[in-house]
Amino acid sequence: MSCCAPDVDAALGLAASAPKGPSRDELTLSSRSLPGGLRQTDLSVPGVHCGACMTNIESALGKLDGVEQARVNLSTKRVSIRWRENAGAPPIAEALGKLGYESHLFEQDADERDETLAELIRGLGIAGFAAGNVMLLSVSVWSGAQDSTRDLFHWLSALIALPALAYSGRIFFRSAWGALRNGRTNMDVPISIGVLLAYGMSLYETANHGPHAYFDASASLLFFLLIGRTLDHVMRERARVAVKGLARLAARGATVLLPDGTSAYVPVSDIKPGTHILLSAGDRVPVDAKVLKGRSELDCAIVSGESDPVAVGSGAELRAGTLNLTGPLTIEATAAAQDSFLAEMMRLMEAAESGRGGYRRIADRASALYAPVVHLTAFLAFIGWMVAAGNWHQAITIAIAVLIITCPCALGLAVPIVQVAAARRLFENGIMVKDGSAMERLAEIDTVVFDKTGTLTLGMPRLVNASKISPEILSLAGAMALHSRHPVSRALAEAGGNASTRQWAFDSVEEIPGFGLQARLGSDIYRLGRAPWALGQEGSIGGTVLSQNGSGIAEFAFDDRPRAGAAAAVAELRKQGLAVEIVSGDRPEAVASVAATLGIEQTSAQVLPSGKVDRLTALKAQGRKVLMVGDGLNDAPALAAAHISMAPASAADIGRAAADFVFLRESLSAIPLTLATSRKANQLIRQNLVLAVVYNAIAVPIALFGYVTPLVAALAMSLSSVIVIANGLRLSAGKDSAPKPAATKGQAFPGKEAMAS
Amino acid sequence: MTNLLFLLPVALFLGGLGLAAFLWSLRSGQYDDMDGAAERILVDDD
Repeated sequence: MSCCAPDVDAALGLAASAPKGPSRDELTLSSRSLPGGLRQTDLSVPGVHCGACMTNIESALGKLDGVEQARVNLSTKRVSIRWRENAGAPPIAEALGKLGYESHLFEQDADERDETLAELIRGLGIAGFAAGNVMLLSVSVWSGAQDSTRDLFHWLSALIALPALAYSGRIFFRSAWGALRNGRTNMDVPISIGVLLAYGMSLYETANHGPHAYFDASASLLFFLLIGRTLDHVMRERARVAVKGLARLAARGATVLLPDGTSAYVPVSDIKPGTHILLSAGDRVPVDAKVLKGRSELDCAIVSGESDPVAVGSGAELRAGTLNLTGPLTIEATAAAQDSFLAEMMRLMEAAESGRGGYRRIADRASALYAPVVHLTAFLAFIGWMVAAGNWHQAITIAIAVLIITCPCALGLAVPIVQVAAARRLFENGIMVKDGSAMERLAEIDTVVFDKTGTLTLGMPRLVNASKISPEILSLAGAMALHSRHPVSRALAEAGGNASTRQWAFDSVEEIPGFGLQARLGSDIYRLGRAPWALGQEGSIGGTVLSQNGSGIAEFAFDDRPRAGAAAAVAELRKQGLAVEIVSGDRPEAVASVAATLGIEQTSAQVLPSGKVDRLTALKAQGRKVLMVGDGLNDAPALAAAHISMAPASAADIGRAAADFVFLRESLSAIPLTLATSRKANQLIRQNLVLAVVYNAIAVPIALFGYVTPLVAALAMSLSSVIVIANGLRLSAGKDSAPKPAATKGQAFPGKEAMAS
Repeated sequence: MTNLLFLLPVALFLGGLGLAAFLWSLRSGQYDDMDGAAERILVDDD
């Protein structure tokens, strides 16, 4: 164990809860082949956060048989392992689990490198090179280079600026052209026009031995704007990578029974209706299926929002994505993966997304006003000077000077700089922003819709009457419960672990799926489970009891545990005047009890996935802007339909993919924090836009009267950019009012999978 | 003027060298794990 033991649960000493990673079959299935008989596996290890973790993992994995090389990437919290094919997959996940690190596979399309980022950085490098060198030459001109020397310097500047324009400028020209072709304008249109005209006019001036050339303006403009754009991209990419690294909840493959009686591990996509599958306890159901043999209980929380496990026997229908808790099952697939429940959710999501309608970003709305005004001013300047002086060369020069000085460098930086600072602040608090416009949209909301199971609550029961039970009996129950992965057992094991008074050495413990646990200790038989079974009599009270030789010695009461900070977060949202409501798939009583605890009046229970979307559509029809917070498969369509959406890290894969924000820590205080940061960011963006307008109000008259020289333009543009950036950075410099839980800082909230295993 | 003819190419060459070095370091993956690199320098077992 390293300096920073990543998993508190593992440290509780629950042997059964050592972090579990992907099985060796899964590792083989997801590895890539390399030349020389090697295979490479990439795992996400969210618990890595210092150099000691890195060396621990690398040396432990390096010692495994068949491992050629193991390398940890601390920035992305991933480890990539190369192993020799002939020996089979080494027990990588087990080795990591022993060190206390949870590991999981992530989506493999991350193989392709981030081409956009590479292009942006190359463009940035070239623009930086050009801007630096052209500026040096320009300084010489400004300090008094004359005649042929000045012409030489101008020609050289033109030559150096050309690659910057052709390569780095492409990024802006492409986007501007795309917007213009669709009859819209965006921020890149005035930028492109300004840069191109500045270059064109300077070439003409240089050819005619003119004194003023703006090559430095076009190159440094591109450089500044690319800095903003690259930072923006890097920030979003970091969030995307972090979200991708979370545990997958959908099964990647399944153990299939072949007709000749043998079994094989195959990818989910190869499972056809009629295939027989062996599902052991702790596995998720890969496709919609029917039970052939066995009894067990299923955790449906992530699929339907039901908080209580459902008992199943032969003949029962299972939905893809549910978790098998207690007993092994033999099931028969009734649908292929692409026709399963998950696929139905995907179709609902696509339908919901298309109804979301285009949101226009603040920057684009601003430039829709800005571009026509600027271009009109330049045109009027041309007409005015033609009429007044009749010199067309002078008129054009002044018109272009207006365009250059108003070229929205500050405007182009105003938005990304603030959003980068805000996203960084959220990132430090474990909140990932997936979309640049997300913060703008969040600031507009007036209604918050919560899912219940897994969102407001943790979707895990908690023992509520521990104080009424003697420590001796609690520790006995806890020791027995260690042998099961049923959520109720997990809660008991945790409670029992705290009350541990002595070691219990059972002669045998067995789990009877659908009923409970039976332990033998000397001549006594203890039963922990459903009351009718444990007490050996039909029709008695429900609930969970512990019995000794058939007579009850303790009764346990459980309640779903609300997430940390849930009540405070809901109260804070209501205080800000937001309407809060619950839309859940669970039983009405369960919903009502949570609603009462948190003080939420508006609730609906037993809502189907399509019903959640209908509810959001109805709210939208009333003109409400809704934030949807949900985690389940059944919430995914609603997350896609809402104006803006958030999901916890423990959410189902497609829910995380659909949400605009993903928060990694347990506490719901992430919601008010995100809202506050987004509002602050929006306020700063507006301030920046106002600053840009003020700058123009001062600079444009100077340009109109023909006083703008390249030196004035360079000074004015840099000054306005610096002001805008400094204002944007106030966000991260501001006092961090959010409470930072020291123990969980920088640590991902363990996924549901980890807690249930 | 004559020393300019000599100095300008030198300046441009040096600038170009910097750009080339940057692009090379980018391509060889030196920016892939900034946090890891900062820690690895403190590890002295290999």
